[in-house]
Amino acid sequence: MEHIENKKNKKSSVISRFLSFFKNLGLGIVNGFINLGKKIKNGCTKFYKRFMDGSIGTKLSHFVMGVGNFYHKQFLKGLIYLSIQAGFLYLMITSPKVNNTPIGFKSLSNLITLGTEPGDFFTPTDNSMLMLLFGVIVLGIIGMFLMAYNSNIKSSYKADMDKRKNKKPTSFKEDIKSLLDERFHVALLTPAMIGVLIFTILPTIFMIFIAFTNFDKEHTAGLHLIDWVGFKNFADIFSGTGEISRRFLPVLSWTLIWAFFATTTNYIGGILLALLINKKEVKLKKLWRTVFVITIALPQFVTLLAMRSLLSNGGPVNQMLVTIGLMQANEPFEILAFASSPWIAKTAIILINIWIGVPYTMLMTSGILMNVPSELYEAAQIDGATKRQAFFNITIPYIIFVTTPYLITSFIGNITSFNVIFLLTGGLPRAAGGAIAGETDLLVTWLYKLTIEQNDYNLGSVIAIMTFIITASATLISYRRSKSYKEEDAFQ
Amino acid sequence: MMTTVKEPKQKKFRSVKAQKLTSTIFSYIALVILSVIWLYPILWIILSAFRVEYRDGNLVSTVVGHYFPKSFGLENFRILFANADGNNPFIQWFINTLIVSFFTFILSTLLTLSVAYVMSKIRFKARKKFLGIAIILGLFPGFMSMIAIYYILKSINLTGTLYALILVYSAGAGLGFYVAKGFFDIIPNSLMESARLDGATNSQIFTKIILPISKPIIIYTALLSFTGPWMDFIFAKVILGTNRNMYTVAVGLYEMMYGEQVSSSRFTIFAAGSVIVAIPIVTLFLSMQRYYVEGVTAGAVKG
Repeated sequence: MEHIENKKNKKSSVISRFLSFFKNLGLGIVNGFINLGKKIKNGCTKFYKRFMDGSIGTKLSHFVMGVGNFYHKQFLKGLIYLSIQAGFLYLMITSPKVNNTPIGFKSLSNLITLGTEPGDFFTPTDNSMLMLLFGVIVLGIIGMFLMAYNSNIKSSYKADMDKRKNKKPTSFKEDIKSLLDERFHVALLTPAMIGVLIFTILPTIFMIFIAFTNFDKEHTAGLHLIDWVGFKNFADIFSGTGEISRRFLPVLSWTLIWAFFATTTNYIGGILLALLINKKEVKLKKLWRTVFVITIALPQFVTLLAMRSLLSNGGPVNQMLVTIGLMQANEPFEILAFASSPWIAKTAIILINIWIGVPYTMLMTSGILMNVPSELYEAAQIDGATKRQAFFNITIPYIIFVTTPYLITSFIGNITSFNVIFLLTGGLPRAAGGAIAGETDLLVTWLYKLTIEQNDYNLGSVIAIMTFIITASATLISYRRSKSYKEEDAFQ
Repeated sequence: MMTTVKEPKQKKFRSVKAQKLTSTIFSYIALVILSVIWLYPILWIILSAFRVEYRDGNLVSTVVGHYFPKSFGLENFRILFANADGNNPFIQWFINTLIVSFFTFILSTLLTLSVAYVMSKIRFKARKKFLGIAIILGLFPGFMSMIAIYYILKSINLTGTLYALILVYSAGAGLGFYVAKGFFDIIPNSLMESARLDGATNSQIFTKIILPISKPIIIYTALLSFTGPWMDFIFAKVILGTNRNMYTVAVGLYEMMYGEQVSSSRFTIFAAGSVIVAIPIVTLFLSMQRYYVEGVTAGAVKG
């Protein structure tokens, strides 16, 4: 009886957790907007107050950057701000052409129209793709300029305040020095942030925009104009008649099945292997471990392509199966890309993935096994527990407790894992309903095929966004509950 | 009576010992079987690299049914280095990869460690926001942005060059700070506070106090960023395009085996190339194994 009730409680708690997640999500969004409104209001009042309160130099800084610094005799700083503004205005107004597409204020209107010149024999077509890209870049430049603009006023206002307190405004040398001390984080973060901005954020925003256009193989950039199409590409997934709607659900479900089995088999297998190697009576632990670590050290393109050849028709494994009579020599039997049933290929992929992934979990678990707090065992010994009991009641729960966050990250990693599928089968065998997405294609390999091979960039972007939604919801659910998030400062 | 009481006791004692022995034997049998499974493909690649068999006077370089070669030799390596058709400059690929991984290793180790340190030890206004953004960005599939990166690099004429590859590999480093952050989190704050009382600046604390005691995580980060370019395949393939002279070993060997220009009949030559690539990487990895395990464990525990 008690047992059943417990189960019921568990069930209802899962449901209530789920509901509260959505409630929190809704509240979070509403709060986010309220906070945003408050922030804008606060920002505006702060801006206004600063303008009224500041010296004449600070006031002028609102129009010509750097004047406030000149006013406070911080010439070098003033010069830097002035040249930032001059450079910005020069770029924006002249809108120089890169690859025949302007980058400047014109990019903003181009971002809306995506080009108007259909092109003929004498004039080239507007390159809509570059217009979109440059539009995003210019938005980024404007954002950075606004930040510089604000910091220009701030620095002049700070000098005002210093003067009022009868202190000397900081010299350029002192400013540089502060970068090594109280503002050291700025110095350390800036290079990384520039890199992330240019090579991650900007491209991601660009690709999100692409999902709302008709940039596909029939609309080549530079030959045809591309247009905004709103949510049409998303609607196509659910109601269209094309391959994307026919194959979306099968690919999605295989992606989830794959991620589930790849994660669990590696997790359980890795823990078992680690326990086996770390058994007291096993000698030469280091040697055994090294045997498996070689798999991690070898580049995947080597091991996976070796596996693919090993299992190919006419390869040693087939030959061996023929020799022991499991297979007829005159009836070639394909395991991976040309398998007669997709489930043969799918099972083979998951099995091969065990070979690839188990050593990693094994290493990790070995590390954890060495770190099980010895107090736990001592306490158990005092209580008269046997070794077996200690193992099942301390070692195993400890490993599971410690590695749960890893389980979640590796599930997400498997959803977006590319190498295993691409190098083993390339997404084959062919699916009945589709020419592009094969039976073993994951969302990410499909995304690769759609963009790089088919040039259907808009559909590829839609798939990428769907992938993001899946990984994001998995993370959100687990991350909010994970200990390291709640107790981030616990150990400091 | 006496004997009948004694005997089961003795039997029990013996059976415990026997149980232990069988468990040991089973452990070893399991380990040997598993090791064979794990080494089977690896050994096959090595054997294939040294396989020199002729059929009708032609070298057989395809996949064959027998596991152990009938005769050994260095012919595959000779063909690999000779680059007779001029399309597969393996030595050039090797040098390219070395250059890329050297610069990537320096740049991304610096970036990763500095971001990890700031996120772990310095409390500033936008910190939580940055952590959130980093997590969200990590959830987008990596090469969703690849097309855009390709065109950005193309508009500054960098596609098909090694600079582009170094930039792309290093630029992402700012986001891969979790493991190192987990390491820095464990360093007690009191260490820094006492240094600050002695008048050390933040940069001095980082370079003179934190970095010297962070050897394991520095080596872990450096190891991963150095081996990355040897293992990555897809970014290099897209960014380098058709510029065969600029390929890294991964792209080069893949194209050599599965590219459009040749069929998969070059398997043994591919194997020879793989062996040459694998030797330095595996050696490096095994010698740094300790630090790798430390990093992996720290990363998992911190999540």
